[in-house]
Amino acid sequence: MAAIQPRISVEYKDEATVVAFTDEKILEEMDVRALREAVESVVEQAPGIHLVLDFRHVRFLSSAVLGLLIRISKRVYEQEGELRLCNIHPGIHEVFKITRLTNVFEIHEDVESATRSFPEH
Amino acid sequence: MAAESPVRCSLTVESEPSALRRPCRQILSALEANGFGQDDLFAVHLALEEAFLNAVKHGNKMDPAKRVRIDYAVDREKVEICLTDEGEGFDPGSIPDPRVGDNLYRPEGRGLLLIGSYMHTVEYNRQGNSVRMVRYKDRPIPDRSHVPAT
Repeated sequence: MAAIQPRISVEYKDEATVVAFTDEKILEEMDVRALREAVESVVEQAPGIHLVLDFRHVRFLSSAVLGLLIRISKRVYEQEGELRLCNIHPGIHEVFKITRLTNVFEIHEDVESATRSFPEH
Repeated sequence: MAAESPVRCSLTVESEPSALRRPCRQILSALEANGFGQDDLFAVHLALEEAFLNAVKHGNKMDPAKRVRIDYAVDREKVEICLTDEGEGFDPGSIPDPRVGDNLYRPEGRGLLLIGSYMHTVEYNRQGNSVRMVRYKDRPIPDRSHVPAT
């Protein structure tokens, strides 16, 4: 049986929870499902979470990941939290622009500017 | 690195997302061998993933008895990929624009938009179970992020 690799890393900076995707490519349904479960478990444990999703390692993703982000966003805001994305590679940022998801997600250059953007608790 | 040479290949694979791994590697290697750059590789990889997932999920409905046929040709100028599933087909014109209204907040429905944004030519057969996609090397694709809904 194959070992299960961690798909995310979690760090706490100031009042924010920073979740970084550790895969360079996120493609298949299994990958996306594993990520969804991993991130949602973080969100469920922290109502009102200030969540930063860090894409620094990600160089390629499919539209299934965009769907995953929509689902995570809904869950975060249902729990009265807030979501920011950051460190998005230019090639992937183009995907966000084409799909107009730049109008849906608040995207920051790096973790620091993302964490600073949250309102005070 | 493989020698620069035109490549033409046909193969059939199972109806599961992981079945694209090997053909995808072959196609991207052929692109590199023919001098395509990283932007081209990203574009073709994305369009291929989206089209294959459509064929497997929406075309063959993950039926293990059905297969997906992949035909591709790569030369110094362009890459041409044709994917054919064994489903009933669909009308690409019936798919709502995912950039409009509440569709923007739906988790699905962005695959066709991305394929059309990254490939120079996208054509479906009459039945709607086969897509032909072409991308030319180093040729920019017009910014389609502001194209109105069709």
